Amino acid sequence: MRYLCLIYEDEKWWEKASEADMQKGMADYNAFTQSIKQSGKYIGGEALQPTKTATSVRIRNGKLSTTDGPYVETKEQLGGYYLINAKDLNDAVQVASRIPGAQHGTVEVRPIMEFNQP
Amino acid sequence: MIRLLGDFDRAEEALQDAFAAAVERWPVEGVPANPRSWLISTGRFKAIDRLRKTRRESSPPDPLSLQERGNDSSEPEDYDVTDDRLRLVFTCCHPALNPDAQVAMTLREVCSLTTEQVAAAFLTTAPTLAQRIVRAKAKIRDAHIPYEVPSLPDLPERLASVLHVVYLVFNQGYFTRADLATEAIRLGRLLVELLPEPEAIGLLALMLLHDARRATRTTTGGVLIPLEEQDRSQWNQEQIKEGVALVHRAFQTRRAGPYALQAAIAAVHAEARSSAETDWSEIVGLYDVLLRMDPSPVVELNRAAAVAMRDGPEHGLALIDAILARGELEEYHLAHAARADLFRRLGRKSEATAAYKRALELAVEEPERRLLERRLQEL
Repeated sequence: MRYLCLIYEDEKWWEKASEADMQKGMADYNAFTQSIKQSGKYIGGEALQPTKTATSVRIRNGKLSTTDGPYVETKEQLGGYYLINAKDLNDAVQVASRIPGAQHGTVEVRPIMEFNQP
Repeated sequence: MIRLLGDFDRAEEALQDAFAAAVERWPVEGVPANPRSWLISTGRFKAIDRLRKTRRESSPPDPLSLQERGNDSSEPEDYDVTDDRLRLVFTCCHPALNPDAQVAMTLREVCSLTTEQVAAAFLTTAPTLAQRIVRAKAKIRDAHIPYEVPSLPDLPERLASVLHVVYLVFNQGYFTRADLATEAIRLGRLLVELLPEPEAIGLLALMLLHDARRATRTTTGGVLIPLEEQDRSQWNQEQIKEGVALVHRAFQTRRAGPYALQAAIAAVHAEARSSAETDWSEIVGLYDVLLRMDPSPVVELNRAAAVAMRDGPEHGLALIDAILARGELEEYHLAHAARADLFRRLGRKSEATAAYKRALELAVEEPERRLLERRLQEL
């Protein structure tokens, strides 16, 4: 069963972080990524650039509208994700709880919708 | 069956099919050597049949996962029923489910209450409740919430959420629904039997000790009777004996938690012959430990009331005023009721009246409201 772990963190934390904190933050993520790859549960994962780089696109009445910024402004922003393979939700929660972002932000765990090809 | 199929509804259907097959075949072929295993394996085949059918008719829900689960769990010959009930409790109380749904699912699936009964207990309608349960079951299926007892590292957190649900059920029945309190105690017993963790033991003790006072807690007219005025000869001594023994058992593990501590406090009350003869120093001491373990303004308030009994009303009053001054418990009726009681004991009538009135504005439960009204009249 595949799950997407969406990492929501206050991106200002990264902006304000000292050099040492920044390096520790990176090292924590690197260590986690290494360990999950070794466990065989890793499918994919990326970090995202901050929401100030976001562009929202929608088509209304056939007209394209492109606006600056994320879809919704929130206190914690989507900052990255991991796509994982887990036995069940308990297993997925175990993995999610080890994502460094869970320490101060929130990790949302969502099961992937599986479509069966005939 | 739920474990094999990963879905409550599918499991129910499959078992119904299996029973139907048994009714047809057992009279002819004789009862199999292990009826339970027969029912489960027949149920599983019936479920796969049903899935194949729906697969042809429409796009199936998730047949792959059924295959996986079906293959890797060859069911043992002697299916462990008690273990299954424990799995059921942990699944129903999974923290990933909506809290209201956890309570509803537990009462329905573990205690076998009907949807109507559960709805009545929680002052909601049966369709609303049914909807909640449907959503929870869908989440169990779609997010793959496993039907299992959590592994050791997860156990403390998961057990805490089970105990919380049980205590909610108990408190829901505190004043008016003895049947719910009884169900909660039954669940508590089941947990202690299957998983004798200190906090499970502590919660059962707490519920037994509180429930032992049920008959003396309200007048026939439905007015709450405070602890110091209760007729202690009417307390259920058998339940008290059992509760006290459980408190000792929980403390012997040296891992007694907040439930065991609250039970210990209830035990001190239960064993005292009167309010005056209660060991208030012991109670204050237990509250001190409880506060260190699980700090909360409500526990502080209870400690303040015990201090008032040990050292005099003015000491308790100072503590309660300090809590209120921090802006906490301002909306909590019992904080004002406790304050009012202490003013009353000090003979400060106008302050007592004002505090009882404030408590009455905030109180919801009828028995409590009636006691506050009685107090106001007495002043």
